[in-house]
Amino acid sequence: MTVPLSAYLLLSAYLFVLGVIGVATRRNALIIFMSIELMLNAVNLTFVAFSRFLQSMDGQIFVFFVMAVATAEVAVGLAIILAIYRNRETVDVAELNLLKW
Amino acid sequence: MDILVLEPILFAGLAAVAAVSGLLVIVQRHAVYAALFLIITMGSVAGLYVLLEAHFVWAVQVLVYAGAIMVLFLFVIMLLNLPREDVPWAPRDIRRIVLAASLSVVLLIELALVIGLRTAPAKEPALSVGFGTTEMVGRLLFTKFLFPFEITSIILLVAIVGAMVLAQKHFR
Repeated sequence: MTVPLSAYLLLSAYLFVLGVIGVATRRNALIIFMSIELMLNAVNLTFVAFSRFLQSMDGQIFVFFVMAVATAEVAVGLAIILAIYRNRETVDVAELNLLKW
Repeated sequence: MDILVLEPILFAGLAAVAAVSGLLVIVQRHAVYAALFLIITMGSVAGLYVLLEAHFVWAVQVLVYAGAIMVLFLFVIMLLNLPREDVPWAPRDIRRIVLAASLSVVLLIELALVIGLRTAPAKEPALSVGFGTTEMVGRLLFTKFLFPFEITSIILLVAIVGAMVLAQKHFR
């Protein structure tokens, strides 16, 4: 184990912030969705890194649950994006202003 | 060569690939390229799981994330057949983008400071036999985490039904 824990944590912090930037700045709903996946991956990496360095398998089990929830989220989310596209002919989140008051 | 010698090199390579392709995900004009770079990012994260002795998580990452989820993404991109965006970021909301990006950089600096302040656990932790194997994960899933595991199946069922209802033709 020659790579320190902080190296893994820094990498996953960087990936998480990339996801935050993607969600905050992009307007294509699909790319926003991919940025969310990027953030989930960053958190999973943190879980596995801590699991290795604390010698506890619990972190890996949590990754399993995160992946299950992410799969459910992607299935429902992509179905919502498809339904929106059928109704509005766009996936640009700036044009989806029905809830804007 | 010993794996201990190779480990920092492998980590540096995989981390660099993950960092660069992660950045490319959010600057692409076309969603297909973003999806392909996301697959590369997930692949290198899977490689890091191997370095961290999480073999089961590696397999699930490749099968579920890089496989199933990204195929779903690519199917939806294909179905929508979106035109290429003129610019990834519209010039008219440049102020909002600068604000969001600078706030994100502040977040990154905060995270780095927090990580730097913590002392890492003692180096070279000896691992128990079978750490990270499918057998150990399965044992934990069916003993300590049995209830959350069963809840997961309900979440997946709800997701299946929800996706079917939402994606059908006459959903208005």
